[in-house]
Amino acid sequence: METAPKLGRDVPPKKDKLQAKRKKPRERKNPESQRSLSGAQDPFPGPAPVPVDVVQKFCRIDKSKKLPRCRSKTRNRLKVAETEEEETSVTAARSELLLAEEPGFLEGEDGEDTAKILQADIVEAVDIASAAKHFDLNLRQFGPYRVNYSRTGRHLAFGGRRGHVAALDWVTKKLMCEINVMEAVRDIRFLHSEALLAVAQNRWLYIYDNQGIELHCIRRCDRVTRLEFLPFHFLLATASETGFLTYLDVSVGKIVAALNARAGRLDVMTQNPYNAVIHLGHSNGTVSLWSPAVKEPLVKILCHRGGVRAVAVDSTGTYMATSGLDHQLKIFDLRGTYQPLRARTLPQGAGHLAFSQRGLLAAGMGDVVNIWAGHGKASLPSLEQPYLTHRLSGPVHGLQFCPFEDVLGLGHSGGITSMLVPGSAEPNFDGLESNPYRSRKQRQEWEVKALLEKVPAELICLDPRALAEVDVISLEQKKKERIERLGYDPEAKTPFQPKPKQKGRSSTASLVKRKRKVMDKEHRDKVRQSLEQQQQQQEQQQQQQHKQEKAKPMRARPSALDRFVR
Amino acid sequence: MKVKMLSRNPDTYVRETKLDLQKVPRNYDPTLHPFEVPREYVRALNATKLERVFAKPFLASLDGHRDGVNCLAKHPKSLATVLSGACDGEVKIWNLSQRKCIRTIQAHEGFVRGICTRFCGTSFFTVGDDKTVKQWKMDGPGYGEEEEPLHTILGKTVYTGIDHHWKEPLFATCGQQVDIWDEQKTNPICSMTWGFDSISSVKFNPIETFLLGSCASDRNIVLYDMRQATPLKKVILDMRTNTICWNPMEAFIFTAANEDYNLYTFDMRALDTPVMVHMDHVSAVLDVDYSPTGKEFVSASFDKSIRIFPVARSQSREVYHTKRMQHVICVKWTSDNKYIMCGSDEMNIRLWKANASEKLGVLTSREKAAKDYNQKLKEKFQHYPHIKRISRHRHLPKSIYSQIQEQRIMKEARRRKEVNRLKHSKPGSVSIVSKKKKHIVAVVK
Repeated sequence: METAPKLGRDVPPKKDKLQAKRKKPRERKNPESQRSLSGAQDPFPGPAPVPVDVVQKFCRIDKSKKLPRCRSKTRNRLKVAETEEEETSVTAARSELLLAEEPGFLEGEDGEDTAKILQADIVEAVDIASAAKHFDLNLRQFGPYRVNYSRTGRHLAFGGRRGHVAALDWVTKKLMCEINVMEAVRDIRFLHSEALLAVAQNRWLYIYDNQGIELHCIRRCDRVTRLEFLPFHFLLATASETGFLTYLDVSVGKIVAALNARAGRLDVMTQNPYNAVIHLGHSNGTVSLWSPAVKEPLVKILCHRGGVRAVAVDSTGTYMATSGLDHQLKIFDLRGTYQPLRARTLPQGAGHLAFSQRGLLAAGMGDVVNIWAGHGKASLPSLEQPYLTHRLSGPVHGLQFCPFEDVLGLGHSGGITSMLVPGSAEPNFDGLESNPYRSRKQRQEWEVKALLEKVPAELICLDPRALAEVDVISLEQKKKERIERLGYDPEAKTPFQPKPKQKGRSSTASLVKRKRKVMDKEHRDKVRQSLEQQQQQQEQQQQQQHKQEKAKPMRARPSALDRFVR
Repeated sequence: MKVKMLSRNPDTYVRETKLDLQKVPRNYDPTLHPFEVPREYVRALNATKLERVFAKPFLASLDGHRDGVNCLAKHPKSLATVLSGACDGEVKIWNLSQRKCIRTIQAHEGFVRGICTRFCGTSFFTVGDDKTVKQWKMDGPGYGEEEEPLHTILGKTVYTGIDHHWKEPLFATCGQQVDIWDEQKTNPICSMTWGFDSISSVKFNPIETFLLGSCASDRNIVLYDMRQATPLKKVILDMRTNTICWNPMEAFIFTAANEDYNLYTFDMRALDTPVMVHMDHVSAVLDVDYSPTGKEFVSASFDKSIRIFPVARSQSREVYHTKRMQHVICVKWTSDNKYIMCGSDEMNIRLWKANASEKLGVLTSREKAAKDYNQKLKEKFQHYPHIKRISRHRHLPKSIYSQIQEQRIMKEARRRKEVNRLKHSKPGSVSIVSKKKKHIVAVVK
C-alpha cells in the first residue's frame, strides 16, 4: 500500500499558515539609481507628459454631480471606478500619438485677409489630389439643387427642383445613377449607407436604390419639405407643409411617431448629432426641440424677432447657430443655459447654415457663402472676420460640409460646386464607425452590426447619457405614476367590510360590533402616533433648552463649582 | 499664404493584395462615437437574449446502474474519471469523455453508503450496509486476476459515510461515532463522538487538513480537530443537515445542506449566525458540492432539480431539471470548473454544463474577445429592469413552480403573523430575531 511521500531533509518546513502574511512594500525603481553601463542617465525621467485637455476629452464621469447617500460598498465601488477612469483616460490620451493625419490650415501672410483668398489661388497652391476635389457642375436646366453627402463622405447625392436626381462617388467622379423623377424634388438624403436614397418629392416620399430603381413610395409622408436621417436610430425624420413631424424607421419600415408641431408649415429642420433631437425653426422666431418619445416639444427657444430661416447644430451638440428674417446670425449655447453667445448682423439674411466636423460655420446668403472659424477644434467660431468667402453663379439652395474631407458641397441654381475649405474636417476617422475606404465586405459587416445595435426611438432625450445615471425619483412621484397607470390607488384604505359568517355570526348586531372594533383600533393607532410625535417634539425642545443653558454659564465667569453642573 | 489641405494617400488605407488583412485605423475620440451608453445598452440586451438562446446545459446521461445512484466520487488526478456507488452495492467507474462505464465492481451487499478516492488517485475506499470498509485498486484487475479489494475492514456497526484525508494516509468513517483510521491498521486510531444519535456524513477540510465536519441525526453539525482528537464545537439547527461541503478556497467556510429546504453557509469561527442562508429549493436538499473556484456551489434536492448558487447571494443563479430526472441524491462539480454530474433515483448519472450557454472546445481569439466583452456588458447592465427580467427567466416544471407559489404564500402568512404579534405586544417583550439567526437553535463549544 502506498503512503504519502515524506518530506526530505532539504525541503524547507512549511510556514505556519495562521501567521499573518506581511507583504513587503514594492520597491519602486529610483530614477537616480537607473544608470546604464556608460553612466548616462535618462534626461527625461518619469512617465511622458500628457496634455491635460486631451486627458479631459476622455473623461466621462461628471465629478461635480453629487450622488444620493449610499452604502459604503457602493461608495467604494464608485471610488474604484473613478481611479480606473483616470488611468484609462491617460492611456487613451497617449494613444493619440498613433493618429496619422494632421488637419489642414490656411494662414495669410502678414496683413493678408484669408477671406480675400480666391478658390482659384488655393487650387494653384495645393497638391493635385486636393485640387481635383474642387469642381463645378453646371446644370442650369433642372433647377436649384439640394445636396447631401453620405455618412462616410465618399458619395454625393443631389436633386434638382425640376426632378433631376443623381448619385455619384465624387472622389473618383464615378456616376452611380442619374434619373429624372418627373416631379419637383424638395429634399434628398442618403439613408444609412450609399445604397439607399430618400427623395422628398412634390406629393409623397420616395425611396430609391443607388441604381435609380424606385423601391418605396411612402404615402403617409405627404408634402414633405425637409428630411433628416438619424443614423444610430435608423430613423428618417420628415417635416411637412401640413405641420407634422414624422419619424419613419427605415430598418423595419414603420412610422414610429407622427407629431403635430402645431406651428404651421415646417420649413426649417436640422438634427443635433450629439443627442438625435430634431430642431425645428418656426415663423414666430422660436426654435423647438423634438424627440419621438414625447408629444410636446422638449424645449422652445425664442431666437429671433422675425421668422427663423436656418438652424445648424455642431457635431458635439454644444452650439446652435440660427439665422432669421431680422438679418441676425446668432450662436446659442445648447448645453446648459440656452443663451445666445455670439450675434452678428448680416447685410443679407442667411438662408442656409452648416457646421463642419471641426466647428467651422458656413452660411449661404444669396449667392455668397461665408465661412467663420474658431481657434482650434470644436471651439466657438468668432463671427468678426470670415475665414473664407466664395461667390457663386446663382443663389445657394443647400450646403453641407463633407464628413472627412476639407470640402464644402454647395447646391445652387446653377448646379453643384465643391469648395475647398482647409481645416474643416476631422483628419483621423475611425475605421469601425465610418471608413471612406471600406470594401464591400466591410460595408456589409458594418451594416449588420449597426442594425444589431440600433438604438430604440424611446431612448432619444436631451442627455444621451441619461441611461447611465442613477435613477433618483422621489417616492411620491413613483406613487403618482402608479396611480396613473393602474387607474386607482392600490394603497388607499378601503373602508372595512366585515365578511359574512355562518351560524348566526352575521346578524346586524355582530356586524356593527366588528366594524366598531376595527374603527376603535384605527383610532387607537392614530392617537398613539400623535402622542409619539408630541413626545418627540417635547424631547427636541428640552434638548435645545439644555444646550442653551449649558452655553450660558460658560459665557459667565468660570467658578470652581462649574464641574458639578451636568 | 500658407495652405495645407487634408490629403490622404489611399495606399495607407487600402490593403495591397487580397491576401492581406484589411487596414482599420482607429480613433477613440468620444465625439466620433456618439450614443455610447444607449448602444452599449442595446448590445447588453442582445447579449442577454443570446445567452438564453444558447443555454443548453444538458450534455449526456450515463446509463448502466441497475439501482438508484447513491454516491459519487471524483478522481483527484484524472478529469475524465468518475466513480459511482449504487443502492444495490455496485460500484462503477466511468470515463466521461467516452461516456462509457469502464469497470464494474460488486462491492457490497446492500447500499454503497459512501465512496472516496485517495489523494494520490491509485485506490479508493467504499463503505456499505454490510458494515465493511473496503479499499480497491483504481486500475482494473490484470489478466487472470479476480476482482478483489486490496483491504477489507469489518466493523460492528453500519458505516454511513467515508472521507479521505487530503494529504496523509488517513481516512474517517462515520456511523455511530466518527472514527479516524490509519490505512494500514484494522482498528481506528481514534473515535470521537458528541451526542447520542447516528452521524450521516463526514468531510475533511481541504485546506486546514486536520479539521473535520460531520452532520448527525440530532440536527447538529459538529466540527472536530484531528490533532487533539476531540470535537471542537457544534451548532444545532432547526432541522437535520444531510451533508456539508468545505469551501476549497476559503479554509473556514462550509455549506450545509439542510432538510428545511435551505442551505446554510457558515464561518467556522462564528457559528452563531450563518454567513448566508440560501433559499430556493422546494424540498429537502440532499447534497452540496463546491466549484473549484470557491465562488459557487451546486446543490441537489429531493425536488428533482439541481441548483447553482453563488456563495455571496441567497438566490440561485441557475436551475437544471429534466422530465426524466427523479430525486437527485448526489452531485459533484468537476475539478476543471466546467461540468456538473448528478446521480439520481432512476439509476442515471447526468452530465451538465456549469455555464449553460458556454461554448465548449477551443475558442479562437476573436470568439474569446467577443465572449469577454459580452460578459462585461451583461455584468454592467445587470440591474436594468428589462435585462434583469430576461436573464432571470427560467422554465420550471409545473410541480416546482406551483410549490414555489404555495410556499411563498405560506411564508407571507407567517411573516404577517409575526409582524402582528410584534405590533400588538408590549414593546420589548417580543424580541426581533434576524432571518438568518432564526434557524439556529444553539452553539455549543
